[in-house]
Amino acid sequence: MIMDRKKSEGSKSIVDKSRLVDESGLNSRIVSFVTKWEFILVVLLLLEIVVFSNLTPHFLNTFNLLNTTFTFSEKAILALPMIFIILSGDIDISVAGIMALSSFAMGYASSQGAGTGVLVLIGLCVGVIAGLFNGLLVTGLNMPAIAVTLASMTLFRGISQAILEDQAYTEYPEKFGYFGQGYIGDSMVPFELVLFLVLAVIMGFVLHKTTYGRKLYAIGNSSSAANFSGISVNKVRLTNFVLNGLFAGIAAVLLTSRIGSTRPNIATGFELEVITLVVLGGVSITGGKGNIFGVVLAIFLLGYLKFGMGLLNISAKVMIITTGALLIIAVLIPGFMDSTKARNKLKRQQNLETTEKNLNKGIDE
Amino acid sequence: MRELIKKREFTLLLLIAVMLMLIVTQAPSFVSPENILRIINDTSILIMVSIGQFMVILTGGIDLSLASIIGFSGMAASMLNQYFPDLPVILILFAGMGIGTFLGLINGVLIAFGKVPPIITTLGTMSIFRGFTFVMSKGQWVTAHEMTESYMNIPHGSFLGLSNLIWAGVIVSLVMYYFMKYVRTGREIYAIGGNKVAALFVGVKENKINIIVYSLVGLLSGLAGVMWTARYAAAVNETAIGFELFTVAACVLGGVSIAGGSGTVVGVILGALFLGILTNALPVVHLSPFYQLGLQGVVILGAMIINTLSEKRNEKKLLNRRLQ
Repeated sequence: MIMDRKKSEGSKSIVDKSRLVDESGLNSRIVSFVTKWEFILVVLLLLEIVVFSNLTPHFLNTFNLLNTTFTFSEKAILALPMIFIILSGDIDISVAGIMALSSFAMGYASSQGAGTGVLVLIGLCVGVIAGLFNGLLVTGLNMPAIAVTLASMTLFRGISQAILEDQAYTEYPEKFGYFGQGYIGDSMVPFELVLFLVLAVIMGFVLHKTTYGRKLYAIGNSSSAANFSGISVNKVRLTNFVLNGLFAGIAAVLLTSRIGSTRPNIATGFELEVITLVVLGGVSITGGKGNIFGVVLAIFLLGYLKFGMGLLNISAKVMIITTGALLIIAVLIPGFMDSTKARNKLKRQQNLETTEKNLNKGIDE
Repeated sequence: MRELIKKREFTLLLLIAVMLMLIVTQAPSFVSPENILRIINDTSILIMVSIGQFMVILTGGIDLSLASIIGFSGMAASMLNQYFPDLPVILILFAGMGIGTFLGLINGVLIAFGKVPPIITTLGTMSIFRGFTFVMSKGQWVTAHEMTESYMNIPHGSFLGLSNLIWAGVIVSLVMYYFMKYVRTGREIYAIGGNKVAALFVGVKENKINIIVYSLVGLLSGLAGVMWTARYAAAVNETAIGFELFTVAACVLGGVSIAGGSGTVVGVILGALFLGILTNALPVVHLSPFYQLGLQGVVILGAMIINTLSEKRNEKKLLNRRLQ
């Protein structure tokens, strides 16, 4: 015991062993697993399915479940690069503005007789350019992302509004409709859903299995520490914004194709819904914490919640309230759990210290 | 004199003067006293609410829910007027402000004690308050013929030749100017935003400041809600949707740092006036109103870039002076 004590004193500069709490036990492992946000999301999703399928026979219907993904696939796709942006401590509220600009460009090109391939290319390019514009302002001039994207949001939507006025582009090639309305082959699986899942796998791989992903976490936790450890922070952030622009372009293609028309108010309010999805998925708005599974779960949780409530004839306003409440609760509860956990740990540490003191006392005597 | 020219408010004033001169070449009647008063009348609500947003941004937060507070308290006040036409309007005005304060307090408590980041809290309550507006009104509007004459006269009535709405804007501006400059709590708001750790060490209570700030925004938004519905003689469920972004824009234009800690009430008022003049000038110079959004984007972005570049130049100058 005395030897142990000496050893721990010798290494005190690194870690004070007397304050280490054993957390490898089954009990604490279960507690930490059950209190994980992703676990709670899974439980909520299952609960939702059980409740709705008991309340209405139309909920657990393969066609319905697949078809309703049309209503949230675009937002789901937008949420993927938004994870990157928020993880590294930025925010982009111009995504809906980018979509409006991109959709406007496609509408214009279509009215000039462009084919489907050209339209998609134009949509994506406009998205990338808009993202680059945001990114350069944020990283080059070192302006806060929220201010820049707030201004560029009005600018992007303003451009399409200035030219389109109260008109709309409604002429699109027939083939163009496939992206937003089509199904894979003869199956009931929407093209949009498959595209989202593929993109989610790619983005998940980048986030969790590549150095780029690790850099995001490093920047989000401390951008100056990341900078000092040799990460070119601004390059990563710029890439994030360009990626976000590209994905906004993809979403614009899908949405324009799905509704078959472009008005200046297209996709209004998407930015806030997308941020809601990301935060509900457990990504910390201050950056550095979160993963892609949580966000994918949150997307389906919220999407099917809206679908189920719609089946039950619950008004859209109640859904708005529910979404807002969920958003706050999603941050409130984990924060509360974390502080409780920390308090418990502190208590156990203090208990350990007192027992050790008592032990030492016994030896000295 | 040199100090004055360097100040951001001066630059903004100059910009406004240049803009006015450009407009005058197209339409000389634009700067007539009646028209100037009309513009100020139009901008008063924006000024009031922007000052509230300014305080929140000072602390390093942001309030996205204030437009929903305007909508909710405006609807509540109008419905009070509709169902109890005999209620004195001054009571309704105070009720609207009280409801706004309560909604703001909810934000403040969630942020101070729930430790939910301001952007998340207000993003959530934005939907919640808006949703409850619909639930309360059952989706119905309160239209002009359901409101009493005296209610609709709250903003329109005049005193000493100025409309009550202008008076409200002026009083709020003066009180808030004094509050932010000379009252201890106002200075503490600056302190929290400037350097939180230092502020906490000298004894500023962050929770108290947050609750005060968000309640005050609620109070101002409640006042704005009553004014808004009475002025347009209609309480619709979508009142003021998107207005939160205009208030942020007015702050950014007025030189308020979005990271918190710097900015002045005068700057915010000028920023709001700038937006107001821009909006009112479009039809006068024969530009389609559809240009408004895009122009605003250009102006805000331009102002921010100029601001950042000049700050950088100042920092460089300071650094050079220190090196010498």
